[in-house]
Amino acid sequence: MNSDVATKNNASTKTKSKKKRSQWSEVWRRLKQNKMAMAGLVILTILVLLAVFADVIADYDEVAIKQNAAVRLQGPSKDHWLGTDNLGRDIFARMIHGARISLMVGIVAVSIAILIGGTLGAIAGFYGGKVDNIIMRFMDVFLAIPSILLAIAIVGALGQNLFNLMLAIGVSSIPGFARIVRASVLTVKDQEFVEAARAIGATDTRIIIKHIIPNALAPVIVQGTLGVAGAILSTAGLSFIGLGVPKPRPEWGAMLSDGRQFLRNASHITTFPGLAIVITILALNLLGDGLRDALDPRLKQ
Amino acid sequence: MHKYILRRILLLIPVTIGVTFIVYSIMYFTPGDPAMIMLGENAPEAELIKLREEMGLNDPFIVQYGRFLKNAVQGDFGRSYSTKKPVFDEVFSRFPATLKLTVAGLAIALVIGIPVGIISATKQYSLMDSVSMILALLGVSMPNFWLGLMLILLFSVKLGLLPSGGDAGFSAMILPAITLGTGVAAIITRMTRSSMLEVIRQDYIRTARAKGVKEKKVINKHALKNALIPIVTVVGLQFGSLLGGAVLTENVFSWPGVGRLMVDAIKQKDTPMVLASVIFISVTFSIVNLVVDILYAYLDPRIKSQYS
Repeated sequence: MNSDVATKNNASTKTKSKKKRSQWSEVWRRLKQNKMAMAGLVILTILVLLAVFADVIADYDEVAIKQNAAVRLQGPSKDHWLGTDNLGRDIFARMIHGARISLMVGIVAVSIAILIGGTLGAIAGFYGGKVDNIIMRFMDVFLAIPSILLAIAIVGALGQNLFNLMLAIGVSSIPGFARIVRASVLTVKDQEFVEAARAIGATDTRIIIKHIIPNALAPVIVQGTLGVAGAILSTAGLSFIGLGVPKPRPEWGAMLSDGRQFLRNASHITTFPGLAIVITILALNLLGDGLRDALDPRLKQ
Repeated sequence: MHKYILRRILLLIPVTIGVTFIVYSIMYFTPGDPAMIMLGENAPEAELIKLREEMGLNDPFIVQYGRFLKNAVQGDFGRSYSTKKPVFDEVFSRFPATLKLTVAGLAIALVIGIPVGIISATKQYSLMDSVSMILALLGVSMPNFWLGLMLILLFSVKLGLLPSGGDAGFSAMILPAITLGTGVAAIITRMTRSSMLEVIRQDYIRTARAKGVKEKKVINKHALKNALIPIVTVVGLQFGSLLGGAVLTENVFSWPGVGRLMVDAIKQKDTPMVLASVIFISVTFSIVNLVVDILYAYLDPRIKSQYS
C-alpha cells in the first residue's frame, strides 16, 4: 500500500519535472535553430569569459592602468594587439577590463529596473483600478523624460561613481519594465488557472508568485536582454560626456572619448572601443530577437 | 473628437507638473551648498547665511518646490549659479539649435526608414531584404557618438569634405543629422517592414489584387496607409530618444544646443540650469507625443469613432 502511494507520487513528480523541462528545452531547441541568435550567444559567452579572466590575461595595475610614455600612441603591433593610447596603455588590456564594467553595469542596472519596475507593473496589473491608475500615471510622467537625460540628471545629482551609475541607468529604465509586466499580467490574470487557484483559497501573493510571474516571464526575458544592450549604450554615453565611471578605470565610452583629440593621427584609440560596443550590442540584440521568436513562436507567423 | 483632443491637452498639465517634481527632487539631492557655489569657497560666513536666507534654502523641501513651481509657471526658472543670468532665457536661446538638429535627424530617419522598410517587406527574403535588415541591425547597435566620430574621421579628417563641428550653414548640419538619425532610421526600417508584412497578408489586400488593381497602387495606397498607423506611434516615441541622443551628438560636434548646455551645467553644479534644460526637453517631448496621438486618431478611424 505504502509503496503503491510512493510509486504513484514518484510517477507524478516525474511527469511534472519532465513537462517543466520539456517546456524550456523546447525553447532552447527553437533558439538553437536560429543561427543569428546562436552567433549572438557565442559572442556574448566569449565576452563574458574575457571579462571574467581579464586579470589573468592582462594585469589590471601593471598593464591596464600604468602609464608608459615610451610607447604612447602606437598602432596595433605584436606587443600591443590593438595599439596603445595617449598614455601608453595597452588598448586591448583596457578593453577587456572595460568589458567587466560594461557587462556589470548592464546586468545590475537591468536587474534594478526589473525588480522595481516589475513589482510596480505586477501590482498595477493585478489589482487594477485606482492602484493601477496611480502607478501607471506616475510611470507616464517618468516616460516623458528621455531616459538618458534622466540618467544624466541622477548621476549629476548623486555624484559620479560606479554604484550611482548603475542606479541612474536602472532607475531610468523602470517605466519600460513596469509597462511590459503590467501588460502580460493583464493577459494572464483572468485565465482559468488563476481563477482555479483563487477558488481553492490561494493568497494574492501566492497567486502572483506561483501562477502569474512564471507565465509573464517571456516578455521580461526578451526585454531584459535588449535592456542590457540599452544599459551598456547608456553607460558608454554617460562616460563619453565625462559623467560615467571615474578615471583611470577603463570604460569603453570613456576610452573612445579620450581618443577624440588624437583622431587625426591615432584613430585606433577611438575605433576599437567603439567596435567593442557595437559587437556587444549586436550580440545582445541578436540574442534578444532570437529569444523573442523562441519564447513565442506565434509571433513569427 | 474635440473631446479627445481637449482631454489629451489637459493631461499635459499633470504630466508637466510631475516632470518638474521628479527632476526637482533629484536635483535637490545635489551635494554642495548653492550659496557657496555662487559666492565662491572663500566667501565670509555672514554673506553665505544671508544669501541662503534670501534664496529660501532654509525652508522645507516642499515649500521650496512650491515656490519653484509658482515661479516656473511665470517663466522664471531662477538664475544660473555661474553666469547669474535667468536660465530660461539661456535654455530658450539654445533650443532652436537642438530642435533643428532633432528635426533633421528625424527627416533622415524617415527618408531612409520608410522606403527601405517597404522594399524589404515587398521583396521579403530577397538579397535586398537581407542586406537592409543587416544594416538596420548594425544601425540599432551603434552608439551614435561613436558613429559621429567615425564620420568625422572619414569626411572631415581624411577626405576634408565636411566640417567637423559648429553650427554654420547646411554643410555643418549633414554629419550631425546623419549621426543622430541613423539609429532611428534603423528602428523605423524594421518597424515599417514588419508592419507592411502584416498588412499585405490581410484580406483587403488580396481583394484589391483580385479585382485587378496594379501592384504599385496596392502597395502605395491600400497597404501603406494601413501600415503607417503603428509607425506614427513609433516615430512619436522615437522623438524622445532623438532629443536624448542630441545631448551626445551635440557634444561630438560642438553643436550649440541645450544638450551641451546641460552637460556643462552638470559639471559646474549649476542646478537651475540643469533643471530648466531637462524640463524644457521633456515638455517638448510630451507636446510632440500629444501631436502624434492626435494625428494617430485622425489616421485610425477606429479611434476617432470611440470619441465622437
